[in-house]
Amino acid sequence: MKLEDKKRVLREMVVHRRFEERCYQAYIERKIGGFLHLYPGQEACCNGVLEAARPGYDYVITGYRDHVHAIKCGADPKEVMAELYGKETGSSKGRGGSMHIFDAKHRFMGGYALVGGPFPLAAGMAKAIQLKGGDEIAICFLGDAANNQGTFHETLNMAALWNLPVLFVCENNLYGIGTAIERSTAVVHQHKRVCGYGIEAAECDGQDIEKVYEAAKVAVNHVRSGKGPYFLELMTYRYRGHSMSDSRGYRTREEEEEWKQRDPIYILRDRLIAEKAMTLADYEALEKEIDRYIENEVVKFAEESPEPRIEDLEKYVLAERETQLPWLTGHAA
Amino acid sequence: MAEMMYWEAIQRAHDEEMARDPLVICMGEDIGVAGGTYKATKGLYEKYGPLRVIDTPISENSYTGLGVGASFLGVRPIIELMSVNFAWLAMDQMFNSAAKVRYMSGGQLVAPVVFRSPGGTAHQLGAQHSARMEKVFMGIAGLRVVTPSNPKQAYGLLKSAVRCDDPVFINEHELMYNMKGEVPDAEYFHPLEGSEISRSGTDVTLLGYNISVHWNLKAAEILDKQYGISAEVVDLYSLSPLDRAGIRKSVAKTHRAVVVGEDEAPVSVGSEVIAVINEECFFDLDAAPVRVNSANVPQPYNHTLEKAAIPNHEDVVNAVLKLFGKA
Repeated sequence: MKLEDKKRVLREMVVHRRFEERCYQAYIERKIGGFLHLYPGQEACCNGVLEAARPGYDYVITGYRDHVHAIKCGADPKEVMAELYGKETGSSKGRGGSMHIFDAKHRFMGGYALVGGPFPLAAGMAKAIQLKGGDEIAICFLGDAANNQGTFHETLNMAALWNLPVLFVCENNLYGIGTAIERSTAVVHQHKRVCGYGIEAAECDGQDIEKVYEAAKVAVNHVRSGKGPYFLELMTYRYRGHSMSDSRGYRTREEEEEWKQRDPIYILRDRLIAEKAMTLADYEALEKEIDRYIENEVVKFAEESPEPRIEDLEKYVLAERETQLPWLTGHAA
Repeated sequence: MAEMMYWEAIQRAHDEEMARDPLVICMGEDIGVAGGTYKATKGLYEKYGPLRVIDTPISENSYTGLGVGASFLGVRPIIELMSVNFAWLAMDQMFNSAAKVRYMSGGQLVAPVVFRSPGGTAHQLGAQHSARMEKVFMGIAGLRVVTPSNPKQAYGLLKSAVRCDDPVFINEHELMYNMKGEVPDAEYFHPLEGSEISRSGTDVTLLGYNISVHWNLKAAEILDKQYGISAEVVDLYSLSPLDRAGIRKSVAKTHRAVVVGEDEAPVSVGSEVIAVINEECFFDLDAAPVRVNSANVPQPYNHTLEKAAIPNHEDVVNAVLKLFGKA
């Protein structure tokens, strides 16, 4: 990665980390309801892959741990936070919540809460790209546990069969909710499960963004050049529990500490310091600046935004009636 | 007006919509090279090729999801689920993805996808190939449900469903594909909402949809000829939304209602229709509305038992006679 890109991405990753940590606080304060799944520890996955792709142009879809993917595609953190607050200004107008961030104008096609649900949706977007003849690709980010759903196998089969331009990124964080992967899955290394479908696959360290970026470049080029689907497995770790109600009783604090020694942000930070592109003081100033931005702009926007109107409860269930009249009434022009 | 079979009408709607718009595609098991189990996609593979007429693997939930995902980008897939029993496997993608995506994205994403599937009891297909599921689909917010009772509707409802921006489930019937009927020669769009009066009457309203409209018409004939009872037959071709105004209008006129469906009685389409009658025109009623449904059993294989499990026109006649104190 170029130095300028590394500096920019470091900044983005700090935004992502501090955004998520601020969500944690807002959840404790009961400003955010429902389920909340946070991303700290996995930042190099989303950032590394999308640095190699074209965020805002390629179609991206993921599961419920979706805030950072949306922001990386171009969603305004203010709108994402407002969504978590359930506000009308939220990215899904307060109708979606944490697990359903959408930003169609930046081609972030959503967070979905049924594990494995996005696999076929991603392949379908790739099918649409194939029909329309564009050079976009579809990118599906999911966790390792999603691979135990039938949709994983069914979709890989169809994606390979029809040579669809879809990249499957498996963020293998070693736990499916509170069950360790070796207790739920016969094979820990997920890329091995893909060979039965004749799909190109690779595994990569998910903590070092430069390694992720290099592996993702190969993956993205493969898919964009018309060679069909690709499966990229990134070995990573989530620091927080699965969601907020998770006390992490299924793993040891020692294991968590071990992974934090390979923190994706610190790996990049220390590299930039070693390259004399920044100092530790620069980094600390950056963190403070970003905290101020999140507090004074992002959280403030969410706090001050209006609630949706109760009169609009049924808006968005179906298309606006007036736009569909010929088909609803049979009086086509 | 040309007479054509129900399957031919569906095939014609596919063909016209695919010829018009290159983003209309169809997909499902055996629909391409094999031409479709019920011939509804016959000849399309040869005409439009494998990229648009897609023979899918037997992976109902995922090929349904694939169609839904394609629809996010403006493709208009017509997805055939070979039997409604297999649609159980696709309910996650139909309900959790297609029906909810507009709402949970605050209107940003739409899923203009059509699901077509035959349900109902055919000839001794047994418990896992005879289900009626329309009662499940019609309870899902964000999904339109229509069910054609004749070739004209089969043609015109599919045409409108393809054009509509909402996801639409079209409930067909395995016994009806060879039914003949008049279909307009000119392009025709059947309304996705509303109901039709298939036969006018004054004494009792027989509400049905799809195959039960035909039982009701036969029953109305018998009631008229043998008992001097004038029955109005209402065709609820739209199950979601139900035509509350149409139901009210007819029942307020006749003051009596019998709701007939091939589905099982506890939690049937009729349960909902009767609730609507109570909400809309309770004080117009001269008698409590009743329903005629299948027995609440997994469909038996044995021919005699199978016949006993599902209603027919005689059950409708008997239900009406009971309403009039004549049975």
